[in-house]
Amino acid sequence: MYAFEFERPGSLDAAVKALQEEDAQALGGGQTLIPTLKQRLAMPSKLVSLKGIAELQGIAQEGDVLKVGGGSTHGAVARETKGIFAGLSLMASKIGDPAVRNRGTMGGSLANNDPAACYPAALMATRGTVVTNTREIAAEEYFQGLFTTALEEGEIITSIRFPLPEKSNYQKFEQPASRFPLVGVFVAKYGDRVGVGVTGASEDGVFAWKEAEEALAGNFAPEAVDDLWVSAEGMMSDLHGTAEYRAHLVKVMTKRAVAAAE
Amino acid sequence: MPKDHGIGASTKRREDVRFLTGDGHYTDDINLHGQAYVHFLRSDVAHGRLVSVETEEAAKMPGVLRIFTGKDFEAVGSIPCGWLITSRDGQPMQEPPHPVLAQGKVRHVGDPIAAVVAETYEQARDAAEAIMVEIEDLPAVIDMKQALAEGATKVHDDLKDNLCYDWGFVEENREAVDKAIKEAHHVTTLELRNQRLVANPMEPRVAVGDYARHNDESTLYTTSQNPHVIRLLMGAFVLGIPEHKLRVAAPDVGGGFGSKIFHYAEEAFCTFAAKQLRRPVKWTSSRAEAFISDAQGRDHVTKIELALDKDNNFTALRTETYANMGAYLSTFSTSVPTWLHGTLMAGNYKTPLIYVNVKAVFTNTVPVDAYRGAGRPEATYQLERVIDKAARELGVDPLALRRQNFVTEFPYATPVAVEYDTGDYNATLDKLEEIADLKGFEARRKESEAKGKLRGLGVNCYIEACGIAPSNLVGQLGARAGLYESATVRVNATGGLVVMTGSHSHGQGHETTFPQVIADMIGIDANMVEIEHGDTANTPMGMGTYGSRSIAVGGSAMVRAAEKVIAKAKKIAAHMMEASEGDIELKDGQFTVAGTDKSLAWGDVTLAAYVPHNYPLEELEPGLEETAFYDPSNFTYPAGAYACEVEVDPETGKVTVERFAAADDFGNVINPMIVEGQVHGGIAQGVGQALLESCVYDETGQLLTGTYMDYAMPRAGDLPSYVVDHSCRTPCTHNPLGVKGCGEAGAIASPPTVVNAVIDALQSGGHKVDHIDMPVSPARVWQAMQ
Repeated sequence: MYAFEFERPGSLDAAVKALQEEDAQALGGGQTLIPTLKQRLAMPSKLVSLKGIAELQGIAQEGDVLKVGGGSTHGAVARETKGIFAGLSLMASKIGDPAVRNRGTMGGSLANNDPAACYPAALMATRGTVVTNTREIAAEEYFQGLFTTALEEGEIITSIRFPLPEKSNYQKFEQPASRFPLVGVFVAKYGDRVGVGVTGASEDGVFAWKEAEEALAGNFAPEAVDDLWVSAEGMMSDLHGTAEYRAHLVKVMTKRAVAAAE
Repeated sequence: MPKDHGIGASTKRREDVRFLTGDGHYTDDINLHGQAYVHFLRSDVAHGRLVSVETEEAAKMPGVLRIFTGKDFEAVGSIPCGWLITSRDGQPMQEPPHPVLAQGKVRHVGDPIAAVVAETYEQARDAAEAIMVEIEDLPAVIDMKQALAEGATKVHDDLKDNLCYDWGFVEENREAVDKAIKEAHHVTTLELRNQRLVANPMEPRVAVGDYARHNDESTLYTTSQNPHVIRLLMGAFVLGIPEHKLRVAAPDVGGGFGSKIFHYAEEAFCTFAAKQLRRPVKWTSSRAEAFISDAQGRDHVTKIELALDKDNNFTALRTETYANMGAYLSTFSTSVPTWLHGTLMAGNYKTPLIYVNVKAVFTNTVPVDAYRGAGRPEATYQLERVIDKAARELGVDPLALRRQNFVTEFPYATPVAVEYDTGDYNATLDKLEEIADLKGFEARRKESEAKGKLRGLGVNCYIEACGIAPSNLVGQLGARAGLYESATVRVNATGGLVVMTGSHSHGQGHETTFPQVIADMIGIDANMVEIEHGDTANTPMGMGTYGSRSIAVGGSAMVRAAEKVIAKAKKIAAHMMEASEGDIELKDGQFTVAGTDKSLAWGDVTLAAYVPHNYPLEELEPGLEETAFYDPSNFTYPAGAYACEVEVDPETGKVTVERFAAADDFGNVINPMIVEGQVHGGIAQGVGQALLESCVYDETGQLLTGTYMDYAMPRAGDLPSYVVDHSCRTPCTHNPLGVKGCGEAGAIASPPTVVNAVIDALQSGGHKVDHIDMPVSPARVWQAMQ
């Protein structure tokens, strides 16, 4: 990696200030950034670690909303949302391996917005909110395509707010090499609506499968999507699966998530 | 003799203590005083003409000692190929030069263009980025059949085309085979690909070159499976350093799987640069670099035809294979698709007529060479897949079809030039039926169906030729080396022994198994025996470890040397006990005189050898140390039968391996636990090839699977608990231990087992699928079902 300065601020304000320097880069768990640096594919002047900021920590239920601090590791999410938000706990427990889960953070993952990341599916299905140091951003506005979000330069995700569903589940069909989702589907059932968030599949990144959401709102059962069809147009196609295969898997994984929702 | 020490004991691996506690001593742990670091600037295009390489500015950067380019190596030799293949027309193969650093052209992504030596690794890397390289792009030659088409771009301008050789075996059989196939009652044809793999040993390659001015001696520390071979190839062919001025040492090596057999450019570079700069020079490969610089494996495209008579007897077999050599000829690359592949095409069967044609092709890809099994997995895969297809076409039981055609009488001379000394294929198949509970399969299939899954059973038989190899035979076949092995057994005055073996352990457990043999021969505790290997400075000329040869060839050399030691010790004992040499017996570490109560301990006699006061000095030299070179008279032929049960998820195409059983005949077994471990590892690699691994280039020669994000390695969770058995034993008839190689069997036998199972599962679900190329990924299975 190229040489860089390293700063570990103790407060959000200090972090915001540190990030004002040109080419400064926020560092969450480093699960994407560090390998990128090692390959010399990025050349930040300064890394600003968010690990020492108390405001980014903590996972708590606030009424019918779950608030997850942006600096929460996947391991913490998996442990601490068990019994509160089954689908999210399950999702977090299957990201990477224990080493990844003990370093990687939800804020880092959402800020990076890898098209095959898991969390975007949960945020989209729940129509959750990304809270930053300056504002709140609704899921549908937040995601803007592959590796692209509504975040401004230097803006830091402080927490993520998920409306708690009655039932939820996440089904990940793994890409054989990376074990990221080739297709991942998160289903969240509320009293009056159902959310279906799909990751890994589309060329535009995470999306809500709205036809399925409507069908499932009327009948929360796997058969409800039997007559729906997902178009292969706009789906990613690579070594590990064609667009048609991914489109097919969206439906299969949706049905499985509905069947397994708890 | 404590039973936890000798032959047949599952002694725990003594080397694991250091490996598991972080005390292993690998090449990257070697750091010499004044050491500099090299970074290789590698081509990022697959094929191009080097117009210019400007290093002037880069050379001025901080810490840079020198930047080398191809020009610096114009007077240096070419990296040699170790095996000459002769084409069907009698012409020798086309053999292009392989420079240490690219000269004139770059021929694959990863081809080294320049090497920056600097005080630190980061400085070397910084300076490499400042080198200005101008390359005139040329069309990349990737597909083998297109490479052979009229007018195709040539990978090597000085060759007449991209065909390395066109090999026919056995050429005299060609017409008879054609005729037999034409007139056959039934012919089953299959076209398949044995995909390219990346070896991926846990430890990437490392080289440290050093030079001592005081005695003009060069030393190379390297991650090698065979340091003497590297000394010979690099010293004699590349750098022109005589062997007495060159030492090559390979300390602990973290896995090789074949990829560390070969002599690589980086080794020659570090040795050369150390002498030029009078500084030790170190290179440590990154994982990304390994993907574009370690020789890769397999990459065969084959059409196979099996002819049967009306009674389902195999009558003839014909294959046509295109074998990818990559851009240059790696050390043993040319032998893999020919002698290590063609000679195995008979498999376990008495097919009377066989003809194998192999066209080896140059492409703008990383060189391809031996990878665990090397040629034998390719042979087994074709043969066992086509037999499975034939059974389906004929509506007969695939096991019965195999049994009917088994070789049952030994020795058996195949029509492809090898003679199986011993074996019992029905015995291993019987054993497999038992340990795999094949009777219970239909019930398990129903259970799977009840869960909505398709269950399939795949069975496979294999034979392999290993324990490489009789030198006079391989010499006739084009090998430019002998394939004996050596050992020196040094007995110390107080009775302990050191065995210096030419074999090299990089995971095989020699430090544990070799002492078990010596312990058994003398009747002492195995802990009295130490194994030294991996350094040309203190081991006799040896050929190293590959081709499942260590115990069969290296172990035999050790036995011969130990026999000499024991014979001499008996002479000393006879003198000391005033008895006739012929009456001396050695048992449990005691020399006795037959028919008397006289005895001497092992240590009394070894002490006398070095303190020769009461000693027959007029007839016998003092000391107790003997060397032996063992050249095998034949290969060893392990064989066996494997079974795999898979479940296929019909909605996603995902295949899961539910059960896996292996019944192997390895002859006599020294350490059953280590043998099991070798089989386990081999199966993991075989299942990895069948379901996951694949090295893919795009049409421009860019590697699409250059990291673990896209190159799928098998993980523990992908594999079931195996049932492994090696109780069927037909000892090898021609080596002193009666042993056969076991290191490659799992990797050879498991890919067809898994694919046969997947096809069976799909057929059971009504899908008329005859074949899916490996890796049998979810996407491919789903596609095949559509």
